[in-house]
Amino acid sequence: MATSHAAVWQHATVVDSTALTDDIRRIVLAPDHPAKVDAGAHIDVRVPIGGVPDRRSYSVVDDGPDGRTLAISVLDSPRSRGGARAMHALRPGDTIEITQPIVDFPLRVGAAHYVLLAGGIGITAVMGMASVLRSVGADYTLVYAGRSRPALAYLEQLQNAHGDRLRLHITDEGNPLDVTELVGGVEPGTELYLCGPIRLMDAVRRAWIERELPYPDLRFETFGNSGWFAPEDFVVRIPRIGAEVTVRATETMLEALEAAEVDLMFDCRKGECGLCEVRVLDLDGDIDHRDVFYSERQKDSRGTMCCCVSRAVAPPGGIAIVTIDIS
Amino acid sequence: MKETTVDKVLGHPLNAWYVAAWDHEVNRKPLARTVANRPLALYRTEDGDAVALADACWHRLAPLSMGKLEGRDGIRCPYHGILYNSAGRCVSMPAQETINPSATVASFPVVERYRYVWVWLGDAALADPKLVPDMHQMDDPDWAGDGLTISVDCNYQLVLDNLMDLTHEEFVHSSSIGQEALSESEFTVHHDERTVTVERWMLGIDAPPFWLKNMRDKFPDFEGKVDRWQIIHFESPTTINIDVGVARAGTGAPQGDRSQGVNGYVMNTISPVTDRSSLYFWAFMRNYRLESQVITTQLRDGVSGVFREDENMLVAQQAAIDANPDYEFYSLNIDAGGMWVRRLIERQLAAEGRLPAPVAPVAAG
Ligand code: FES
Ligand code: FES
Ligand SMILES: [Fe+2]
Repeated sequence: MATSHAAVWQHATVVDSTALTDDIRRIVLAPDHPAKVDAGAHIDVRVPIGGVPDRRSYSVVDDGPDGRTLAISVLDSPRSRGGARAMHALRPGDTIEITQPIVDFPLRVGAAHYVLLAGGIGITAVMGMASVLRSVGADYTLVYAGRSRPALAYLEQLQNAHGDRLRLHITDEGNPLDVTELVGGVEPGTELYLCGPIRLMDAVRRAWIERELPYPDLRFETFGNSGWFAPEDFVVRIPRIGAEVTVRATETMLEALEAAEVDLMFDCRKGECGLCEVRVLDLDGDIDHRDVFYSERQKDSRGTMCCCVSRAVAPPGGIAIVTIDIS
Repeated sequence: MKETTVDKVLGHPLNAWYVAAWDHEVNRKPLARTVANRPLALYRTEDGDAVALADACWHRLAPLSMGKLEGRDGIRCPYHGILYNSAGRCVSMPAQETINPSATVASFPVVERYRYVWVWLGDAALADPKLVPDMHQMDDPDWAGDGLTISVDCNYQLVLDNLMDLTHEEFVHSSSIGQEALSESEFTVHHDERTVTVERWMLGIDAPPFWLKNMRDKFPDFEGKVDRWQIIHFESPTTINIDVGVARAGTGAPQGDRSQGVNGYVMNTISPVTDRSSLYFWAFMRNYRLESQVITTQLRDGVSGVFREDENMLVAQQAAIDANPDYEFYSLNIDAGGMWVRRLIERQLAAEGRLPAPVAPVAAG
């Protein structure tokens, strides 16, 4: 939103770091310049990856009085790029650089009904919304889906806070989320706020459009860090400037090109604006489109990609090579 | 020692309902209004609901109020054509096949009540319609009247001060409602967390010209002395309704029998625009001769002339405040009502973490 989009950097001290699950840690930060945190806010964090500072976005899960502390939760899975590992290594007393809370995923109070849908770590983006909706007495359902009970962060806290309004879908308990059923049961006038992996987002988007529900009532946030395939190394060739760059599984294509001093335009760095578009001239392998900028048609044509989030995936038995042109 | 209020002008609470416009001003054509330093685009959906969006497009901040309404509840940015719905969500981005999920403008809570469109610019989760100040005389069938809006170049608090102390009538409004009895008479002040009341009675006096005319509208051959009252009701943060009237002297008005008199309510609600400008929405409502449109118009025009005298004073006062940043305010006992208002507002500002007051603009030199 216009009022809070720009990042203002500051220092924050780590106050606490606790394991919530095998691979999720809750990290509590005390920012130098406390500010009120609205539901749906995230902070960007500068994390060193191999000594090079990099930028990651994390939703603010909850905050202390007047924003003097704020908590984020970080998933470090085998699919993560290096940032999560560095975040997990933080200990109380460490300082890091963070932005002020930025709200790109605002909750609107006043809808007739709400569904908040979280897949896995996506719970961090909608937890604050759930407490606001509870406090204003709104009609809401919090749907939390994950693979197993021990993998669900904040489960007990959410059960206590939201009681019957919490609906759990746990795959290995034989109760997976059925997106068609969920979207099919949505009452008119419902706003659905969604945060989760790209497969879930895609399924919900399709079901929503199929039911001809108003598209703007489907709200979602993606930090562009989940795709259809696990990240892997691939090669980018840019004939115009005679460059060949290898993109490591732990970095984005934009990051790798920037490190190679290729001058690229970008803005959001999360697959929304389309400014980082590159033209695909030739492709050995396939493209894992992780953006929400292109339509299905555009994605299928494989003619362009948003290099801030999207990746190439290898053909059987090889390494992917994508040949591009830049502006 | 506790500090009393010392600021000359005040910042405004954000967790409050402010009037953005009269109901008839909000139509199927966008209206630009600034309230509490937030430019707004106001319009009405085809269903008749009033909408208040931030008047700055998500893309490049072009004013949406210059755009066109489209469909049931949409407004299209006049610059590159992004279409928003009444919730401030982008519905269409002309230059691409998808919609950026971040593309939203703020849509502020709106309540339509008492002939006004009220907006809430603070924390939307706190926007309880029950907090709209009571101005029921505005559309109660037992009352008739009308009003106007004054755009006044001063901090809203100076308008509240003006309305909380009516002894100024003797000097500012000497030709219409002013009289010596005002500053000579006793008054009482009461307050609670949200309201302040100042009550003043003047018994057995001559009716000033404005009130003599009103008495004769109801009692054509009225002659003689009157008992006059002014009961000022402030409701936080910026609404002041003043119960005013006169009755034949000694007929029991102070004890509650107003049947031998005329009663009006001066309805005032002030919306801060910037720290140095305000929209002053007022109406004069009466509970006699309800059928007479002539009286409605005469009263509206008469009061409008009176308020122009206030406006001139307020603008001059604000200019003098800004030209003398090193001079302080001092108080008189007549300021008791205004000082309680200031204290209630400062408490609300403190609760919102928004003290101190805006810094006065730097004077020349
Ligand atoms: S920078 Fe916005 S989509 Fe890549
Ligand atoms: S400024 Fe509104 S669409 Fe560009
Ligand atoms: Fe006056």
